[in-house]
Amino acid sequence: MPATETRAKTKLSRQQHLDLYYYMRLNREVEETMTKLFRQNKIVGGLYSSLGQEAISVGTAYALEKRDWIAPMIRNIGALLVKGVPPRDIFTQHMAKYTSPTKGKDGTSHFGDLDHLHIISPISMLGDLIPVMTGVAMAGRYLGQKIVAMTWIGDGGSSTGVFHEGLNLAASQKAALVLILENNLWAYSTPVRRQVPLENLADRAKAYGISSYIIDGNDAVAVYTAAKDAVERARAGEGPILIEAKTFRRRGHAQHDPAEYVPAEQREFWEKRDPITLYEKFLMDEKVLDAKGKKEIEEKLAALLDKEREFAEGSPMPPPEFAAEGVYCTGPECHDLQPKWERDVKELLPPKSCVEPVWTVEGFGRGKSSSRENAPIHFGDTLQTSEQAAVEKPPERASTPTKRETKPAVKTPVKKKPVAKSAARGKAGR
Amino acid sequence: MTAITFLEAIKQALFEEMAADPRVVLIGEDVGVYGGAFKTSEGLLEKFGWERVIDTPISESAIIGAACGMSYLGLRPVAEMQFIDFIACCFNQLTNFVAKGHYLWNAPAPIVVRGPSGGGVHGGPFHSANPEMYFLHTPGLKIVYPSTPYDAKGLLKASIRDNNPVLFFEHKFLYRRIKEEIPAGDYIVPLGKAAVRREGKHLTILSYAAMMYTSLEAAEALAKEGIEVEVIDLRTLLPLDEETILQSVKKTNKCLVVHEDTKTGGIAGEIAAILAEKAFHDMDGPLMRVTSLDTPVPYAPTLEEAFLPNAKKVFTAAKELARF
Repeated sequence: MPATETRAKTKLSRQQHLDLYYYMRLNREVEETMTKLFRQNKIVGGLYSSLGQEAISVGTAYALEKRDWIAPMIRNIGALLVKGVPPRDIFTQHMAKYTSPTKGKDGTSHFGDLDHLHIISPISMLGDLIPVMTGVAMAGRYLGQKIVAMTWIGDGGSSTGVFHEGLNLAASQKAALVLILENNLWAYSTPVRRQVPLENLADRAKAYGISSYIIDGNDAVAVYTAAKDAVERARAGEGPILIEAKTFRRRGHAQHDPAEYVPAEQREFWEKRDPITLYEKFLMDEKVLDAKGKKEIEEKLAALLDKEREFAEGSPMPPPEFAAEGVYCTGPECHDLQPKWERDVKELLPPKSCVEPVWTVEGFGRGKSSSRENAPIHFGDTLQTSEQAAVEKPPERASTPTKRETKPAVKTPVKKKPVAKSAARGKAGR
Repeated sequence: MTAITFLEAIKQALFEEMAADPRVVLIGEDVGVYGGAFKTSEGLLEKFGWERVIDTPISESAIIGAACGMSYLGLRPVAEMQFIDFIACCFNQLTNFVAKGHYLWNAPAPIVVRGPSGGGVHGGPFHSANPEMYFLHTPGLKIVYPSTPYDAKGLLKASIRDNNPVLFFEHKFLYRRIKEEIPAGDYIVPLGKAAVRREGKHLTILSYAAMMYTSLEAAEALAKEGIEVEVIDLRTLLPLDEETILQSVKKTNKCLVVHEDTKTGGIAGEIAAILAEKAFHDMDGPLMRVTSLDTPVPYAPTLEEAFLPNAKKVFTAAKELARF
């Protein structure tokens, strides 16, 4: 099974394995707690399950550093937890409590934290966050922060116009963006084969001359390994990277949807490939986890979630008069918006910032689809070594944002990682 | 002091804000090498470099999205729409994400979206729009529409310094036609304040942008007939300066709204509602409006002239209103 192959290659520490396992379990337990709350009529709106997709949310976000930014989709609760969001925030959000991060103004995982955790709130209009995260990556580079911006999209959202606009801008700017495309085979009730005429959605990367990966989204280690690689490459200045994670949405679009349109054999196939069950078996086999350790984790989770749920249930709804507040920022007393400069500001002000306009862009449009030989794009790029000798570098390139003094740190010749054939061509394949 | 054009005022505001504050960056189509379709950003690239003057693909949603993302890290991006008509392409990004951020998740987006708007230059149906009212209905945005070089500079500076997303409309008819002596150096014109352009006692004309001049021209002609018109330049449409409007209408008791936007759903309707709510007993006549026709902006000069308001139409309407 290819999943085992990828695992064999990984070099995760014991603690990293246990972290991944813990967050996947936490992700699932948080959602199971909410399913119970939903049935008790304590969730105000909808509930969108990521059952069976926990390895993707957790494994990708775990590849990031604290300074990095994420913009999750509604189902990426695991990414929020890894980033440091306490479960109570997720409970209070769903229950529309005044103690929630949005104080009841929005629900579900629609909240963010600009100051500390670097989380940008999801929006229901899918794809919009791709250019937003491109801007985050561009600003990070401008400020000298060396951050990576990560966001997620589904098989459905990858057909939006703004997906194209965002990824194209990111590629033309060589922005440090990692886009996780969760192909869970269904966009609400429409199977992926009726949405996109491609076997692999990662092929969309070819249109932007950027690198891509295809991974088994139910294999936590494979997800983490690919994400880590992509994050390091993006940070090193290689530009945006697309990761297609093959998976399956085990529940309906939301709680109200029994998803009767899903063929029974497809569901059965994927239920046998539960990411937590698979990972647990792997950890037991590798002697990273034993029955005692598992029990300890379960007790820890139960105690935490009881406490967090009780807090949420005991919290008040927002007072009605709060509805009229907060449409506008009233000024510095409301928000004093100062960037965190990690470079000398003088570089950005005249006379140092002055340049002559560059009329031609060397190397632009020389993208070679999803290969490592992707295009050295945009102004001031360092070209591939072979090209460097041939092209004389204009002097103004020295002060441009995409300058790379060193070659990318990561050299793994990763193209498309093999994915379980059966997974890629699952029942919803074609 | 030397007289400068409306266009030059925009350029000065951008230049001065960028020179004073490294948080300010400019992003849009052809804003760098070309200096903007109307040359409003001419010379900025040479002065501030590629990192601060960013040419983008033709992707309005991506421009707004990227500007928004940049603002979350503390920058103050100015996003240019090559023609403001294209703002329709990023409607979702603006109304659903940018505008709602502060209310929903405490995320202010200090971005300015600016671009050339308005008709009268035979730009045809896709280069002449006044799309301000699509956005007036969106809580969280501010909408600025100046008419003079002094205001253009001061309001653009204020917009850049504002912590909220501001849509800044630059009427392209005014770019090179209007000149004014303005003080050198830094000053701002606060958002949300209308200006009385001409004092009068018989009736109030509320207007903005290019129609402000049409209204002043009509007021001049009306004065010769003994009708003293007070002309108010709204300058900011969101938030609207209700105080100045009400003060004037309570004095003149009659109100005519002149706007270049089309009639149905134009701001005159909103003003009519405000006056009905807050100045019902002060009104001695109906609220009247002179606006463009409820059609797309036609191309042929004869058609566009028929489409747009002009001083004669304003004069006629004002005379009719003055009879009440």
